[in-house]
Formats: sequence, C-alpha cells, structure tokens
Amino acid sequence: MGLLIAIAVWAITLAMAVPFVTQTWWMPESITALGDEIDAAFNWTLIGTGIIFLLAQAALGYTVWQFSRPTDKPASDSHGNNKLEILWTTAAAVIFVGLTFVTYSVWAETRFIEQKSMVPTADRLVVEVTGQQFVWNMRYAGEDNQFGPTDIALIDDAAGNPVGLDRSAPGGADDIMVPEMQVPVNKEVEVVLKSKDVLHNFFVPELRIKLDTVPGLVGKLRFTATKEGKYEIVCSELCGLGHYKMRSFLHVVTQEEYDAWIAEQASYLF
Amino acid sequence: MTEVQPSKEVAEYTEVHRHPEPKSFLWKYIFSVDHKVIGIQYLLLAVVAVFVGMALSLLVRLRLVCPECSYPLLGQFFPVGAPEGVMTPEFYLAMLTMHGTVMVFMVLTTAPQGGFGNYFLPIQIGAADMAFPRLNMLSFWTTFVSFLLLMAAFVVEGGAPMSGWTGYPPLSALPEATLPGIGQDLWLASIAVFCIASLLGALNFIVTTLDLRAKGLTMMRMPLTCWTWFVTAILGLLAFGVLLAAGVLLLMDRNVGTSFFVPAGLVVSDKVIDHSGGSPILWQHLFWFFGHPEVYIAILPGMGVTSHVLSTFARKTVFGYRAMVYAIAAIGGLGFVVWGHHMFVSGMSPYSAFVFSVLTMCIGVPSAIKTFNWIGTMWGGKIRFTSPMLYSIGFVSLFVSGGLSGIFLGQPTVDLYFHDTYFVVAHFHLIMGVAAIFGMFAGLTFWFPKMFGKMMNEPLSKIHFWITFVGVYAIFGPMHYLGMLPHPRRYAEITSVDYLGATGAAELHMFITVAAVLTVLAQFIFLYNFVKSIFAGKECREENPWEATTLEWTIPSPPPHDNFAGKVPHVYRGAYDFALRGAKRDFAMQCNDDKAVYGEPAPQASGD
Repeated sequence: MGLLIAIAVWAITLAMAVPFVTQTWWMPESITALGDEIDAAFNWTLIGTGIIFLLAQAALGYTVWQFSRPTDKPASDSHGNNKLEILWTTAAAVIFVGLTFVTYSVWAETRFIEQKSMVPTADRLVVEVTGQQFVWNMRYAGEDNQFGPTDIALIDDAAGNPVGLDRSAPGGADDIMVPEMQVPVNKEVEVVLKSKDVLHNFFVPELRIKLDTVPGLVGKLRFTATKEGKYEIVCSELCGLGHYKMRSFLHVVTQEEYDAWIAEQASYLF
Repeated sequence: MTEVQPSKEVAEYTEVHRHPEPKSFLWKYIFSVDHKVIGIQYLLLAVVAVFVGMALSLLVRLRLVCPECSYPLLGQFFPVGAPEGVMTPEFYLAMLTMHGTVMVFMVLTTAPQGGFGNYFLPIQIGAADMAFPRLNMLSFWTTFVSFLLLMAAFVVEGGAPMSGWTGYPPLSALPEATLPGIGQDLWLASIAVFCIASLLGALNFIVTTLDLRAKGLTMMRMPLTCWTWFVTAILGLLAFGVLLAAGVLLLMDRNVGTSFFVPAGLVVSDKVIDHSGGSPILWQHLFWFFGHPEVYIAILPGMGVTSHVLSTFARKTVFGYRAMVYAIAAIGGLGFVVWGHHMFVSGMSPYSAFVFSVLTMCIGVPSAIKTFNWIGTMWGGKIRFTSPMLYSIGFVSLFVSGGLSGIFLGQPTVDLYFHDTYFVVAHFHLIMGVAAIFGMFAGLTFWFPKMFGKMMNEPLSKIHFWITFVGVYAIFGPMHYLGMLPHPRRYAEITSVDYLGATGAAELHMFITVAAVLTVLAQFIFLYNFVKSIFAGKECREENPWEATTLEWTIPSPPPHDNFAGKVPHVYRGAYDFALRGAKRDFAMQCNDDKAVYGEPAPQASGD
C-alpha cells in the first residue's frame, strides 16, 4: 500500500507539472515590455514553487513508502528537531517573501500612476473606457485633445450616447465614441477606466494587465504595445448574466493606420 | 443514575456533578443540549448540504461543456431558469453562486468546527459538555434556520441570486442589474443569521477550551485538534461580526434606500439609479476581512485532524508539537491582515498592495512548517494504512498542491494576469475545498467507531479514497491550465471569446466534467458506507480500537450522556506519547501515570 500511494502521489505530481514544462496550455505572447517583466516574475515564481512542489510531493511519497515497510525496528522516538525547524522556516521565509520583493517593482511601474492627469500629450494617447452591461465604450478626446464633460441625464444608449457626453459643451463636440479600441504601436497609452452600472474588469491577456472598472471611481492603466495585431478585451469581473459575452477588441496598428482611422471616425461626426 | 466505573486506563479522576439524561425524544434528539447530539446534527446538516452543493456544481459543469443541451427533468423543477431543460446563463450564475455559498458556509464552516469540534472538543479536554450547552443548541438551530433561508432562495420568484458567493455590489445591490426578486435578500438574510449562529458557537468554543480542561491538561498538552478548534473559534468570533454588519448594510441598501455600497450616478438600461454616496469597494473590504479568515476557519480543523491521525497511525509523536501550535496561531493571526490580496485589481490603492503581499507570503512560512512537520511525523514511524490515515496523507498532498499556487496569486505582479481566472478557482478548490474535505473524511472515519460504536467498512472507505484522491486532482489540476490561457472565471459559456475556442479550453472543460461526474458518483460509495455502517456496521465496543492516546478513547463507544459519567480523568502527559522506550506498550494515554506506562520504578517522565 505504501508504494502504491507513493507511486500515485508521484504520478499525479508529474502529470500536474508536465504541461507547465511543455507549455501545452500557455499564456499568449506578451506585447509590452512590462508584460515581459511580468512573465519573468511568473517564471521565477514557477521555478521556485515548482521545485518546492516536486520536492515536497516526492518527500511525502517516499516517507509514506519507506516507513510502511515491515521492519523489526521500533518507531523513532524523536519529538522534533529545532535546528531543522529553524532551517526550513528561514528557507521558506526567504523564498516566499523574497519573491515579493523581487517582483514588486513591476507592479509599481504598472500601477503607480498619478491620478489627476487625464490630458493627452504629444507622446501619450488617452482613451477613456466605460464599462456597462455588457459592452465596452471607448472614448477618444478628438482633435482638440480634450475630453468633453458628461452628464448622466444625457445618457441615451439608443441615440448612440452611452456615456452622456455633452456635445454642446467645450471640448465635447469632437469626442469620438467607438466600440473597439485602436492604438498606435510603440506609443504610450493611458486607459482611463469607468463604469456606468456594476463592476467590470478591463483585461487584455497580451498586455498582462487588468483592473476593475468601479462605478464612482476612475481607474488608470498604462501600456505601450510593441506588436501590431488584434487582441481581445475580456471582462474579468462578474457583471451579470451577459458577463461571458462582454468583450471587445484592441487593435494595435501603425501610426499611419491609426491616423487614418481616427480621421475616418471624426468624419462621421459632422 | 447507574454508577459507571472509569476506564482501566484512568489513573486518577475527579468526581464531578452529573446531569440526568433527558428521556423524551424531543429533548434527547431534537432540542438536545448534549454536545454530541448537536455535533451529529451539524454533521448531518453538512452531509445534506454537501450533496446539494455537489449537485449544483454538476449543473455548472454540465452547462460548461454543453450550453444548449436539454435536461428535461431540470426543466420540470426550474421552468424559468431552465426552460425546456436548457439552462440559461443567469441560471448558470445562480447555480454557481449557490454552490459556493452552500459549500463555504453550510459545509466547510459547519462540519469541521460545529460537527467534529462540538463532538470531540469537550471529550478531548475532559469536560462533560460545552461551557454553555443551551447556547450550543441555539447555535445549531440558528444555523438550521440560515440553511432554510438559503434553500428558500431557490423557490422564490426570480430564483437564486446570481452575483457570486462574494456578492459584490452594485450587482448584488441593484435588482435592476440582475433579475427582480427576493433571492438576493434571502441570501443576505441567510448569511446574516449564519453569522449570528457562528458567533454564538465561537464564544462557546473559546470558553470551553479555556475553562473546562481536566486537571493536568495544560494548553501545551492539548491535542492539536483542540488547538485548531480553539484558534478557529477566535477567528470566527472576530470575522463573523464584520460579515454580519456588511450583510445587514447591503440588505438595507437593497430594501430601505440606504447607499452604503452604491455610489451616485449609476445608469442601468438608460435608467438613473436613485442612490448616492456609497462605495462598492467598501463591501469588498468588509467581505474579505471575513472572507480570508474564513479560509482558515475551513481548513485549520482539517490540519488538526491530520496531525492527530498521522501521529496515531505512524505510531510516532507529532514532530515539533510546539512549532505546530505556533504555526496554527501564526496562520490564524496572519489570516486577519492579508484580505487585500483578494483586491489587488479591485481599484483599491495600488500602494497598499505591497504590505498585503508581504504579509500573504508570510503565511507561506507557517504553512511550510506544518507540511514539513507532517512529513517529519511520519519519518521514522511504523505506518498503519487505515482509511483515516489515507485521507490524511491525501490532505497533506492536496495542501501542498493548493498552497503553492497561492504563491503566484499573492504577488500583485503575477496576480495581474491570474486574478479572476480559473487559476484562482483551482487554487482555492484544492486548498479550502477538497483538502478541507479530506480532513473531514479523515475525521469521520477516525472517530466513527467512537461516535456510533460501529466500524465503517474499511475496503469501501479505501476504494472511495482512491477514486476521490485521483478524481479531485483530475478536476482541479487542469483548471490551472485553463487559467494559463487565461480563462476568466464565472463565464456561462466559452463561445463568445475567440481565444478560448482556439486554445483547447473546450477539451479541458470536457475532461474536467467527466472527472467531476465520476468523482461525484464515488461520493455515493461513501454515503452508502456511512449510512449503512450507522445501522448495520460491524460492532466495535472497544474503547480504543486505534490504540490512540487522547481522552475520547478512554470512554465507552458510543459515549454515555455526560461523557465521563461524573469521573473526569487526570492528565499526566502530552497528547502524542508514542514510540515509548521501556514502556509496556508503544503508546501512553494522556490519563496514564508513569506507573501505568512503565511499571515500577518510574523512570524520568516523558510527555509535553
């Protein structure tokens, strides 16, 4: 029985571990420098915990097998071993807490963003993303680089004004509302996250970032995509019965394609 | 009242006042104040609840592999949620919500603490009953009311709530955003009532542990099971009050127009919601301030049982008893300062992530101590493969697997990718779900002869162990891979996201569902074994069939009404005196004095 349990534990351990080595089911390729750093943090964690996982399960199986074999020796009368106890406590503390310190700078780079700005600059595009059940609304500041004011009284989904934009106010006339996000490659983008109704979560797997959209709060994320392509934006916070189909797309295109696209969108306004 | 002599094992005892046994059925079995009857009531409630919870998870699994399949029987019961037997997305979410709620509250919180703790804490510390027997009865019946309220949510108009077991507002606060109906209100009422019941129970456990220990039973001689029940009770006392408050506030937001959790300016379907000034994140703080300790409320008693069983069947003292006690206390203490790791991507201040992350990683340290010490306990032992031993070995394996994925999720940087994906689902199911349940299987098979004076069928238990052990890994192992894709959780189907269709999520889901169906079927083996053994199991009137050391094994099986028949044994040694040298047997019971263990003359005392 002991050997059987050992074999079962070892077999299960290997079966769990192998797909992490072969990367059979894996993350899509990262398209930002920060994403690469997040992947590195993940890889360090995977190596560290992977070794502990294999060793711990191997030791469990071995112990169960070895000490169930018939023997004339009596059971050990050991009550413990303080030196060993201190050794593995320290080792666990160094590995586990150490990982946090090693990987934390990436978090700081991603999330420590001054909260006041919402002003597009020459080298930063700002896109406002408003979640609602079960669609994403993207707003661009338009030619004047200024977001117009909104008013909930003006919200009218059917008339194409899901965020209540005041077109008559200064800055509002040229704001562009679209259902999918388009950004130039290699340009820093600030995503301003809002919600009209319940919690949603803005998640683009290739960017490796996600953040809840919280009604009443403004959330911010920044990224610089380095690879052109079409990527899915999926909702990752339960938002109601249509949660599973609340998605949109992020198109990363060349600056020229972006300029042409934004001009085309602007032309529909007037 | 008949005079009963104490066990031959007892060296000395103290006479205490005896209480007569109630005679009528009502007071003996229904409104009993006997902790043993109440313990069994809790266990039976948990057994009913766990089958309800499992059925719900099966529905969830079935819809995930085939959203358009029709189950006509289901359509009969739920004509709205499953018209013509086809489950709607909202029905899926309702089943998901109820599965989580039933399992977390009615199974993981009731059975380990209210069930086994109630039954065995007083006996293991040498008490005739809990400190407040009537309060104990009130705890159970309050819990029962809570269960009924929760079940009622299935049958009201609009059906069960669909905002997840975490009930995040505004989704849970606004009927406009889900389906109208009082399902969510019943859910909240059920949780609030459950909190009251748990608070009463927690007080009782704490006082009992501190005040009613037998002579000689110092805290550091207590079985580790008692330590875990004690620390769990402290967690319950501090955590459930907060959830109670949160639940009442949310109920008020829904029904009397307050705005604790709902901010101004919400618009649902072009309709402006009449609320202002609340914060959805406030709920998350309150909920997880309860929710994280709740994880330890579920798993600590399982750790205690595992330590107890591993030592007993390895015939060896617990490795590092003191370190184990400190680890239990450290896990309990740290459990209160890590709730923010559930909220890394919630919109909470990003600056607070660091402290929550470091503290979370710190919990890995006592957890590692426990794992090493469990292996250390078996190392050098003479293992006996009884079914409780198998379940406990399974517990250790599952605890390692489920615990280590927490190292990923505890770092905000890595959590950015995995948060709210199936990676999380795999993590918490392995550790607080099935590891805790393996602790319960170990406890039930271990104590069954004491509780019922019968043995469970060992071969059946072992068959059940093997299927379940392999089965739960087959279910929850692949969920890690779904998380890699990354598959967001709580999706009613995977048809609307392109990359899920392209990357093999459907095949993984099918594998998981098949494994789940087989594993669920295997649970009927256990149920059959449990029920059959109560009525027609092999008689086992021995006091101590496992050659164990603690006080519950010095009294008849099943125990008399007041446990020790008025003669409470004195305790002379720690709880795990195995592998003794120069002794008559390889173990010493806690109530054996040195003369009984070694004969004359007594050598140096061993023990704590």
